[in-house]
Amino acid sequence: MPTNVLTWMIFLPVIGAIVVLCLPRNAANLIRGTATFFTVPPLIMAVWLFQNFDRTTNEMQFVTKIPWIPSFNIQYFVGVDGISITMVLLTALLSFICIIASFGIEKAMKAYFALFLVLDAAMMGVFCALDFFLFFVFWEVMLLPMYFLIGIWGGPRREYAAIKFFLYTMVGSVLMLVAMLALYFYAEPHTFDLLELASRSSSYSTGFQRIAWIGLFIGFAIKIPAFPFHTWLPDAHVEAPTAISVILAGVLLKMGTYGILRINYPILPAATLDFAFYLLIALGTWNIVYGALCAMAQTDFKKLIAYSSISHMGYVMFGMATMTPEGINGAVLQMFNHGTVTAMLFLLVGVIYDRAHHREINGFGGLAGIMPFYTGWTALAFFAAMGLPGLSAFISEVLVLLGGWRNYPGLTIVSASAVVLTAGYMLWTMQRIYLGKPNEKYLDLPDINGREVFTLVPLGILVVVLGVYPRPILDLINVSLVHLNQVVAGKAQVALAAASRMVP
Amino acid sequence: MSDPIEVGYLRWIILAPLIGAAVNGLLGTRIQKAAGKNAIAAIAVVPVLISFLLALNAFRQLLALEPNQRVLLDVVSRWIHVGSLNVDMAFLVDPLSAVMILVVTGIGGLIHLYSVGYMHEEPSFWRFFAYLNLFMAAMLTLVLGDSLLTLFVGWEGVGLCSYALIGFWYKELANASAGSKAFLVNRIGDFGFVVGMFALFWGLAETGHGTLVVREIQQHAGLLADKTFWGFALPTFVTLALFVGATGKSAQIPLYVWLPDAMAGPTPVSALIHAATMVTAGVYMIGRLNFLFTMAPVTLHVVATIGILTAFFAATIGVAQYDIKKVLAYSTVSQLGFMFVAMGVGAYSAGIFHLFTHAFFKACLFLGSGSVIHALHHEQDMRHMGGLRKYMPVTFATFMVSTLAIAGIPPLAGFFSKDEILWKAFASPHGHWWIWLVGTITAGITAFYMARQVVMVFFGEYRGAHGGHHDDAHGSHGSKHGHAVGKPHESPGIMTLPLVVLAAGALLVGFLNVPGGLGGSHHFETWLAPVLEPAHEAPVHEPHGLVNKVEHAAEETLAHAEHDPLEYVLMGISVLVAFGGGLLAWLMYGLGKIDPRFFSDAWGGVPYRTVFNKYYVDEIYEAVFVNGALGLSKMLSAFDRIVVDGIVNGVATVTKLVAQADGAFDKYVVDGLVNLVGSGTMWIGARARAVQTGHIYSYLYAIVIGFVVIMFARLL
Repeated sequence: MPTNVLTWMIFLPVIGAIVVLCLPRNAANLIRGTATFFTVPPLIMAVWLFQNFDRTTNEMQFVTKIPWIPSFNIQYFVGVDGISITMVLLTALLSFICIIASFGIEKAMKAYFALFLVLDAAMMGVFCALDFFLFFVFWEVMLLPMYFLIGIWGGPRREYAAIKFFLYTMVGSVLMLVAMLALYFYAEPHTFDLLELASRSSSYSTGFQRIAWIGLFIGFAIKIPAFPFHTWLPDAHVEAPTAISVILAGVLLKMGTYGILRINYPILPAATLDFAFYLLIALGTWNIVYGALCAMAQTDFKKLIAYSSISHMGYVMFGMATMTPEGINGAVLQMFNHGTVTAMLFLLVGVIYDRAHHREINGFGGLAGIMPFYTGWTALAFFAAMGLPGLSAFISEVLVLLGGWRNYPGLTIVSASAVVLTAGYMLWTMQRIYLGKPNEKYLDLPDINGREVFTLVPLGILVVVLGVYPRPILDLINVSLVHLNQVVAGKAQVALAAASRMVP
Repeated sequence: MSDPIEVGYLRWIILAPLIGAAVNGLLGTRIQKAAGKNAIAAIAVVPVLISFLLALNAFRQLLALEPNQRVLLDVVSRWIHVGSLNVDMAFLVDPLSAVMILVVTGIGGLIHLYSVGYMHEEPSFWRFFAYLNLFMAAMLTLVLGDSLLTLFVGWEGVGLCSYALIGFWYKELANASAGSKAFLVNRIGDFGFVVGMFALFWGLAETGHGTLVVREIQQHAGLLADKTFWGFALPTFVTLALFVGATGKSAQIPLYVWLPDAMAGPTPVSALIHAATMVTAGVYMIGRLNFLFTMAPVTLHVVATIGILTAFFAATIGVAQYDIKKVLAYSTVSQLGFMFVAMGVGAYSAGIFHLFTHAFFKACLFLGSGSVIHALHHEQDMRHMGGLRKYMPVTFATFMVSTLAIAGIPPLAGFFSKDEILWKAFASPHGHWWIWLVGTITAGITAFYMARQVVMVFFGEYRGAHGGHHDDAHGSHGSKHGHAVGKPHESPGIMTLPLVVLAAGALLVGFLNVPGGLGGSHHFETWLAPVLEPAHEAPVHEPHGLVNKVEHAAEETLAHAEHDPLEYVLMGISVLVAFGGGLLAWLMYGLGKIDPRFFSDAWGGVPYRTVFNKYYVDEIYEAVFVNGALGLSKMLSAFDRIVVDGIVNGVATVTKLVAQADGAFDKYVVDGLVNLVGSGTMWIGARARAVQTGHIYSYLYAIVIGFVVIMFARLL
């Protein structure tokens, strides 16, 4: 298993998809069971990876490297380091949880689960790929199932949302494709190998780096989503079925920031330094504040959570732009923490939508008296989203903001002020939906059921455990990120004269 | 600085109530159903008792040590080690935190006990105690944390518990929104705290000592003296930002507005969180970082000014309130102001001492008011009380003692602590006579509104017998009480016992810090001396400051021996003012010799209405900040929908139009050409077809004719 573990993790779901397609259409439980069955081994392998990952090196681990299209020097090259391992763990976990959360799907369920498993494989592939071409292939493969999952199983405006999502991402893909080919041809001998490309970063001219950086960045920024490329997200979330929203916010958004860290940072470090100092940090700040303020104005529960995701992803951009070990560690930790917290939030929105068939925040009231356990879970997720100490997002947000202060005290103050706004819209939502007199209309709503709790428990445990004790994740990522930070920040001796002192 | 002594039990001071909270929080419904409320109570009270005993043990251990070695440390685990940030999960007890944990666990334990009686008819009994225990754990984390980050974990944690407990009866939306308000206002403060923490960390990092561990900050704080940030001296910037945090947590101007509303919570909560412990966190924080504040005289002036203004304004509001708990709430805000005055004039130990005494008498007052509210079926309007001393002798006696204490009548606790503050406000190099003057006037107002309250509640005739009046904040909860409507009665022993203990404290704890001028020896101040050095004393940057500090404390004690006669004069004035305030209230409300309307109708009633409506601060905040934020959010959301998304959809529309134009071009022009070619060919073909008849002879004709034509052409 050790050498091919990542390959198994990527392709087992594909096998699963094929098996699901071969099943009889009416065997609902068999289809559900089979789909679940194929997400369990990757989860077990993820735990195995977590245990066996060498935390003392920034080298790639569990590498598989075989020629794929030799004439263009394209390889099947997968491996993980500290940056990607957390995302692999997150993907494995959320895929499993979302399959369980999809048990309520009845329309064309065979196709649904098959597409879902293909999506799972593609996501895993994106995080493992170390060859740009392979990365791009997985990136594109991911689009198709997502398009159908929103477009067929979504809400009333599903087609608009699906097309918007698809086209928006395609625009990014085109730019990414051009930048990828530029990098390929610029490198001598031509290669798509990300590590190779990174090792030659010093030979790229600054002008070239900047153009390639912008091309790649727009592609990734759409995914994050960074202002002003974010408007596909609220629509996609509102229309997508619950489990797809969870995947969308929990995993897909991270691909944007992951791509920047995996490709922009090491391959184009000089341009990264230029743009991080002005563009990335400003966009991060703006995302944080703008997302929070927009969230406050929403009346649709799910849309509110969608905007809160935009705000929270701002912390990731902010953290990676700070060019400090604290900030960049905080950013990747925030990617993981946001994945768990926002997954809980979307699952919880799904619970109430399944029961009341609407998501109008002002249309509820007093649910705490009717569904106490559901309210308890929501409170946990809300407080985690607010970054309360003892819950995971607190650590990552503090690290991000602490890192930010070093070079950008002013913007850090602006970003930190969002803690008030976040508390504002979260508590206000809490109050409107859960507190006050129980709404007569919903007195007989059943409380959260066993399957729903089952999907929330692992996330809840992670949120609490990592809030008290963040080292399991910090230890995984720290070495790789400190190295990456050095690669980029090392380029600017003047601006960051003290950088070397900060590395332990 | 001597190395701290490593001990392993400090963590259990926090863990015990945390386990209690977890058990009751996760399994509470089942336990309550299976084993009854007493089991819940036991699960909640025993851990607090354990914490108290451990706190006593820590205190005993410290006592046995030399003063400058009184530091116990419990490192639980490595926590966050990223870049230059190295913070462990570690808890520390020194003389200052020893005082705090004794207050928190001691008074907290009594209030837990009281709550068992007070909440006995509450269906969500388990939930209440889970929150209460969680609060204890958070508060103890705040006090015991050895770094600012651990302190901040507790700092926000107590805010969360406060939110949950204010909105405990959440079915009444007013309670829930009071909780939200408390949380939000506190968040503004927390934001300031975080900013201060970051500035401090990076300021130290520039000197090569980036840290958030308080002991290490203290070691290197001297290096910050010449640093500046945005034109401020760095220590000034840091302490000002931290003080913003303190104004939130400790309800000072401009962030005090949440505390009066917080009275929506059950009364034991008001006593524990909103009087004795959580709200003093800001004072504690300044005490903890006193060496930094000493380096920032500007901040000290701000602290003292804010403190005295808050003390005065809150006291004036308290004068006009009719809700028994609201009076006490404003009184708390006012007393916290006194503590900040002490901190601001650099008399740190005087501030902590007032925190200590206030915890006793204010907890006693709140619990006493709770006892009254309990007896009157959740009646809180003092206009419907009166004459209760006959029905509730224990409550009355303890309430009376605490009232005398807070009014500053010698020799009760409040006299010693408040007088110390007033004297320091006058005599300290950071003080000023006007602070003393306003403080003394405020002391008079305090005596007035407390006497007014005692008279309205306990003296005269009972005015509440007419019908079940229920305009209390607890809504439907009140009606669940099964008492027969009739004469009020004394509360059960489990509630009166804590009252008696706290009243005894209010009576006696003042003697712990009798000033030299009255023949005492400042035990309390000497005890705190290793941590709290008066601001006008030695500079902090000395490497062996601790030894010096102890010596200074000793010198100071000596200095008190030869006393400034002025101190006696000021002491006499403040006692007279206190009696005066009390007497006025007695004349107005007890004997009816002076009609209150004489004051309330003065100047057309404008001053009275302004005070009665709390200077309209809530309304102003609502209009400016709340509506401002909401307006901005609606504006940005519309911008997002109309402009940003509009551009996206616009691009899509334009693309579609271009595509349609392109389609039309394709259809009519390009395809038209193609079709033209096609149709032309067809036309020619159609004409040409006429030629193709399919008959051999016609082809032969054509060949022959063609041949002839060609031949002729050759010949010609």
